[in-house]
Amino acid sequence: MSPLPLPEIWSYLSREPLLWLTATLVAYLIGDHLSQRAGRNPLVNPVLVAMVLLGGLLWLTGTPYQTYFAGAQFVHFMLGPATVALALPLYANRAQIRRALLPMLAALLAGSVTAIVSALWIARALGIDGPVWLSLAPKSTTAPVAIGIAEQLGGLPTLTAALVILTGIIGAVIVTPLMRLMRIRDWRARGFAVGVAAHGIGTARAFQVNDTAGAFAGIGMGLNALLTAILAPYVVSLML
Amino acid sequence: MILAVAILLVCQLIGETLARGLGLPVPGPVLGMALLLVGCLLLPGLAARVMPTAQGVLAHLSLLFVPAGVGVISHLDVLGGSGPALLLVLVASTALALVVGVLTFVLVARVTGDEGAQAPEEPLQ
Repeated sequence: MSPLPLPEIWSYLSREPLLWLTATLVAYLIGDHLSQRAGRNPLVNPVLVAMVLLGGLLWLTGTPYQTYFAGAQFVHFMLGPATVALALPLYANRAQIRRALLPMLAALLAGSVTAIVSALWIARALGIDGPVWLSLAPKSTTAPVAIGIAEQLGGLPTLTAALVILTGIIGAVIVTPLMRLMRIRDWRARGFAVGVAAHGIGTARAFQVNDTAGAFAGIGMGLNALLTAILAPYVVSLML
Repeated sequence: MILAVAILLVCQLIGETLARGLGLPVPGPVLGMALLLVGCLLLPGLAARVMPTAQGVLAHLSLLFVPAGVGVISHLDVLGGSGPALLLVLVASTALALVVGVLTFVLVARVTGDEGAQAPEEPLQ
């Protein structure tokens, strides 16, 4: 095989999933390495670092997101099995979880209602209304549920997806400093609250910090998916 | 490992089928998680089989959000003119939800006389 000129190599690579799958893994490894180097400082969030690096790379090479996603979808697909895998930390911590049933249910209800009502209320005070306002209601719940809720309410699904991801990153970045400030040292409470407020990205952060926190975050995320689906339409109808 | 992955996928598959078939407001993978939990409680051997793979996947849970995160960065224009206001809403509302959630948990745990695993004293950063 004779060597190809550079533009042709590029046109081959940009059509295949290989390039962007590799780039996703490498960008994450860089993010994870920087996060470790920073002593897991919450501001150096591996997802945030990787998405900025890749976003910049897509912009520089003029690559459309669809082309990127054709490669990255293999990583994205693993979200489903990873959610199922959350059953194992739940199982391993089952005695602790059973004992904490009452605090969990109370925190679920309080956290979930606060997440929905405060978002809608603050947004209204800032003059946000219409479909954009409606898209905020499910922002603390996991993306597939949030998109379903937004559609049902008359929100914008694409905007909702962006708001959900941003909420997750914000939660993952602020949870540790906030808990330190409040001197909360109960891993169960810290994990559960971040799972309810910041779904899977918050849960990923919790697993970085402590296994018990991770297990409680996973259950918080799962329960809030269910509760937000029930509560959001009701809260919105009360606030309209 | 292949067995563990197959078990995870089978649970997800059943979860997706149930969620769609019954029109439930829960995503399929979350139902799959509940299903696997019940499976582990009934068959403790199952947990031992799946545990190493599950731990491997969950240790890098962050990685799996990168493709969706890149989507947000390359579509920041969906935030429209209200971008800064929306960011403010998200930061304030997420902080409030965290504070209210964690305080409720700690308070109810104290009332029911149940102390959990404690984080070590941490320096404020």
